[in-house]
Amino acid sequence: MTAARRVAGKLGGLLLTLFLASLLVFFSRFLVPGDPVTFLLRGRKPSPEAIAQVTTQYGLDLPPWQQYVQWLAGVLHGDFGRSLQYRQDVAAVIGERLPVTLGLVVMAGLMIAVVGLVGGIVAALNRGRIVDRGVLIGLTVLGAIPSFVGSIVLIAVFAVQLGWFPSFGSGDGGVLDTVYHLVLPSIALAVVFVVLVGKVTRSSMVDQLGREHVEVATSRGLGRATVVRRHVFRNAIGPILTVSGVLVAGLLVASSIVEAAFGLAGIGSLLVQSVDRLDFPVVQAIVLLVVLAFVVVNAIVDLLEPWIDPRSAAGAGAR
Amino acid sequence: MTTPTLALEVLRAPRARPANTAYLISLAALGALTLAAILAPWIAPYDPDQVDLAAVYASPSSAHWLGTDALGRDILSRMMYGARTALLAPLIVVISSTIIGILLGLLAGWRGGWVDSVLGRIFDVVFAFPSLLIAIMAVALFGKGLVAPVIAMSIAYAPFVARLTRSLVASERSRPYVSAYRVQGFSGGWIATRRVLPNVTPIVGAQSTLNFGYVLAELAALSFLGLGVQAPTAEWGAMINEAQAGLLGGHFLPAIVPAVAVVIAVVAVNVIGEELSDRIGGGTPA
Repeated sequence: MTAARRVAGKLGGLLLTLFLASLLVFFSRFLVPGDPVTFLLRGRKPSPEAIAQVTTQYGLDLPPWQQYVQWLAGVLHGDFGRSLQYRQDVAAVIGERLPVTLGLVVMAGLMIAVVGLVGGIVAALNRGRIVDRGVLIGLTVLGAIPSFVGSIVLIAVFAVQLGWFPSFGSGDGGVLDTVYHLVLPSIALAVVFVVLVGKVTRSSMVDQLGREHVEVATSRGLGRATVVRRHVFRNAIGPILTVSGVLVAGLLVASSIVEAAFGLAGIGSLLVQSVDRLDFPVVQAIVLLVVLAFVVVNAIVDLLEPWIDPRSAAGAGAR
Repeated sequence: MTTPTLALEVLRAPRARPANTAYLISLAALGALTLAAILAPWIAPYDPDQVDLAAVYASPSSAHWLGTDALGRDILSRMMYGARTALLAPLIVVISSTIIGILLGLLAGWRGGWVDSVLGRIFDVVFAFPSLLIAIMAVALFGKGLVAPVIAMSIAYAPFVARLTRSLVASERSRPYVSAYRVQGFSGGWIATRRVLPNVTPIVGAQSTLNFGYVLAELAALSFLGLGVQAPTAEWGAMINEAQAGLLGGHFLPAIVPAVAVVIAVVAVNVIGEELSDRIGGGTPA
């Protein structure tokens, strides 16, 4: 199979998944029994203008599939409708809050990558020994600390007791200050995910270490470091990348917990707040964005894999 | 062909390896939590909602073993009542997602062809929605509380179970015993449900227990966010939510106690789940 056809096939699958996901996000509203206007304007005293506005925004006087087409056409142009709580365009509300969430996810992602990779590699190189067991137990314990528990403990110890880090907000807007404010939140976010990357790195490395080509490389007199770097780690990278791709959506959703705990104005806390204030257009938009991020990142991982490891492309073609 | 194994037989099975201390401790911890939850109305020292403004933020003492919270409510009693929701809700999710998943996986693996492709595509779409996101979405649609999230998460977790079941069923299908039944004239449906299903259920069941910890943490997170169990009710996540204000004032116990309980429950369930998977064999822990 040629590379072009493989990419086209992947893109087709990606678009199909996105299309089906958009159906799910849009038509979920139809699961709620009763009048859609009443549902969308719950908890508010609907003025005739508000009713008229929601009716046009969602095209509620049209048949369902036309409503969907109208909504999708808007979404494809970056128009997610109007937020009921802010009386602004949903896209603008989300855009304002996106940087904090992205900063949080990037910092947490770096921590996960560093701790997970180092832990996994160290454990694999010492497999069966006490270091290996220690790393595995450590990873398992970290994996059992949900973000809200991590947030609480970090706030108690490092913000309240020691006073080293702030417990609230994202700072004055300067880059350094923002990073400083995001240290505790990103640790809280990273903790539970480290175990996935760590364990996959370890098992993937252990699997490679037992292969014949590694023995051959060693017997040819290559140094341990070279063997590990060029013959073990390079081959072990595939599964690690796959797991990392799956993590992205989890990080985005878990960031809502961390943002709530640390009072950060990101899209995670916006999601929770919008559910709380019955602002359905914002909820719908954020859910769609998270799914989009998940699908796109996984597609990128899929496409990167044969580039990093040409065998997977060849193998896929041979099957 | 391996004989069908019941989960209970596996629990009691003689161990090939030396007794696993972590496993035994986890069983004891989970057992204690379960007992506390079941017996809460009889053994809890106080009414979980009893406000005592004379004993606000009391330190642990013989009267209040784990201290009291901002309203002077006994933390131990609240923990015991909270354990009911904390354990029961994930149990419902795990059981229903396992049943849905096994049925769909059996259908996909046994029928193959277009049924398999369509179901596989649907699973892919559901995978793109993290389970906590589906739960939040359910709250946005149907209002706060745990009923909608529990149903939503049962659906969110089903594809994980279904995919494992599918692959196990697909490999069972080519086993000689299946052909033997076919030759004797048994119908496909009968073989699938009466002979193949019992062979894959223990493996799938053991894997499903591993979901319990995640579900427990996610439902507690939902209540922590104020979207699940609502504030005055004693529930671990909701307790942490309520205790956040006091945390900044240096009152750690009301938040830390439920936080530690969540971690203990998750670790215990995961250790038990992994041990069960190891004993049954087949399938790799996710």
